[in-house]
Amino acid sequence: MSEETARQVAQPRETKQGWRRFFQNLRRSAREQARIFVKSKMAVAGLAIIVFYIVVALVAPYVAPYAPYERIYAADGTWAKLQPPTAAHPLGTTEAAHDVLSQLLLGARIAMFVGLLGAFMVAVIGTTMGVIAGYYGGWVDELVMRLVDILYGLPFIPFVIVLVTVLGASVWNIILGIALLYWLSTARVIRSEVLTVRERPYVEAAEAAGASDFRIMAVHILPNVIPLAALYAAIAVGYSIVAQASIAFLGFGDPTIPSWGVMLQRAFVTQAFGTAWWWVFPPGLSITLVVTGAYLVGRGYEEVVNPQLQEK
Amino acid sequence: MVLMVLSILTVVTILFFLFRLVPGGPMAAIMSPRMSPEAQQRVIEEFGLNEPLWKQYLLYMQNVLQLDFGQSFYYGDSVTGIIADRFISTMSLMLTAFLISYTIGVYLGAQLGWLRGTTRERAGMLAVLLIRSTPVFWTGMIVLYLFAFQLNLFPLGGMRSVTANYSGQFDKLLHPDFLYHLALPVFTLCTYYTGLPLLLMRNNLLEILSEDYIDTARAKGLSDRRILFHHAARNAILPVVTAFAIAIGFAVGGQVLIETVFSWPGLGREMVKASLRSDYPVAQGAFTLLSVIVITMNFVADLAYTYLDPRVRLGGT
Repeated sequence: MSEETARQVAQPRETKQGWRRFFQNLRRSAREQARIFVKSKMAVAGLAIIVFYIVVALVAPYVAPYAPYERIYAADGTWAKLQPPTAAHPLGTTEAAHDVLSQLLLGARIAMFVGLLGAFMVAVIGTTMGVIAGYYGGWVDELVMRLVDILYGLPFIPFVIVLVTVLGASVWNIILGIALLYWLSTARVIRSEVLTVRERPYVEAAEAAGASDFRIMAVHILPNVIPLAALYAAIAVGYSIVAQASIAFLGFGDPTIPSWGVMLQRAFVTQAFGTAWWWVFPPGLSITLVVTGAYLVGRGYEEVVNPQLQEK
Repeated sequence: MVLMVLSILTVVTILFFLFRLVPGGPMAAIMSPRMSPEAQQRVIEEFGLNEPLWKQYLLYMQNVLQLDFGQSFYYGDSVTGIIADRFISTMSLMLTAFLISYTIGVYLGAQLGWLRGTTRERAGMLAVLLIRSTPVFWTGMIVLYLFAFQLNLFPLGGMRSVTANYSGQFDKLLHPDFLYHLALPVFTLCTYYTGLPLLLMRNNLLEILSEDYIDTARAKGLSDRRILFHHAARNAILPVVTAFAIAIGFAVGGQVLIETVFSWPGLGREMVKASLRSDYPVAQGAFTLLSVIVITMNFVADLAYTYLDPRVRLGGT
């Protein structure tokens, strides 16, 4: 073991095997993929949108002009409610005299949090299940795929409503719902990819050399399916954000945390959305932009994964 | 078929155990702490909650198989009656929207596929992408803002005016007043549903257009229109039909949101309201029915796949 390590240190560029080489390959392919990715203008635009909203989410507490539920008073001491945009309140105020811009900025936090964490869960769970089902085959495969079939019968939004009713209105329960139901299509796609990868000669060679199941899956199969997993993760960012906003809109969100869904829900139940366009448009447009951005990133990445798309 | 029954039973089972997890038990909502202990005991016995869990479960499954979901805490009526009524409203809205959006989606998808590589195609794709990214409940709010609040053209919601009266169920579905209420929700749902058939149709068409028989058709000197609709589109449509299953899964979610926005008295809205007012039997019944819709449609899509594509045969799994 120590001998091997010593050899690797001596020749850092030409490692022939082992984890170090695995990471070297991963880094090299990431760099190559980035080169193809930036060729697509749409993909870069999508990435720019996502990065912009992540930055907004990070700096929101410092730049938001008011606290999200701070009451704004008019000069005569009454609530300054449903004020159209002015210089002091660029996006006007809500029914309860809160500043819309501040809520919008702070709402980016929860949206990006749910989006990125949801996507991460989808990628991790979907990839794990897909690789395990595809690699072991037989009854393991049968079991996982039947589970996927059965879970497909649970409509997502109603299921999350049940979860939130039973377990309480919190962002974590919405993420739980995403983790439970959104990995299905990822797992299916990864599995069918693994089915072809595991027939390749180098997997057979690794088996003949006595590599453990875990090692074959992690070192020889996983790198081949990571691009697909990343593609599905990018799309899951959008799904997760819309899911969270939808649940909040239906009144099952945590009303103490400002989010785009809760903003729209307030505008809807107070019926103020019939007049207060400044309250309704910004959160909805933000959701649309982020989801579009995530989708564009996914599609740009798809071109990396599927070279056929580049030629056309 | 076996899988379908198994799926439904699993869904019902998951629901049963989820609702046992409600803080204070499933009866917490109707038992006020001020009730005397004897009265509380009576309620518990009436609902069979003093039995061991497995016995409750068997009893519950037995009732579900007889389509008995118990009594609503809120309405006091049988849940089955309530959700059957909502089911008709949901289906009339969902199927209308589906029919329209599939027709439009297939047509536009074929056109976009044909235009591949042009500026118009790119603009079209961007538009589709933006519409698909828009949360459907927000689209609904914007549609209401424009057509109901600002232009006063359509009603704010609901399924009928107070003055309207129908002579029967069938008459109701064709009544102008009903269609008038149907217009905005159907329009909104169409913006949401059209994306999937459209994109699928476009992608399939692109694949088909590289086939030899398309070149043959061109060589024969057929018009573009004839090649597109007689040779290419017919072959591209198959996966779109079978994607119906995936579409239904999405559709039910959108349905819940749209029914809430437009106060449409359907299953989804009933489920949302029941959950908010802790009327668990209704929530449970509505959810089960929504799942049954999804599972049945998946099954139908599988059958359609086998029927439409002779290369696929039911067998094995």
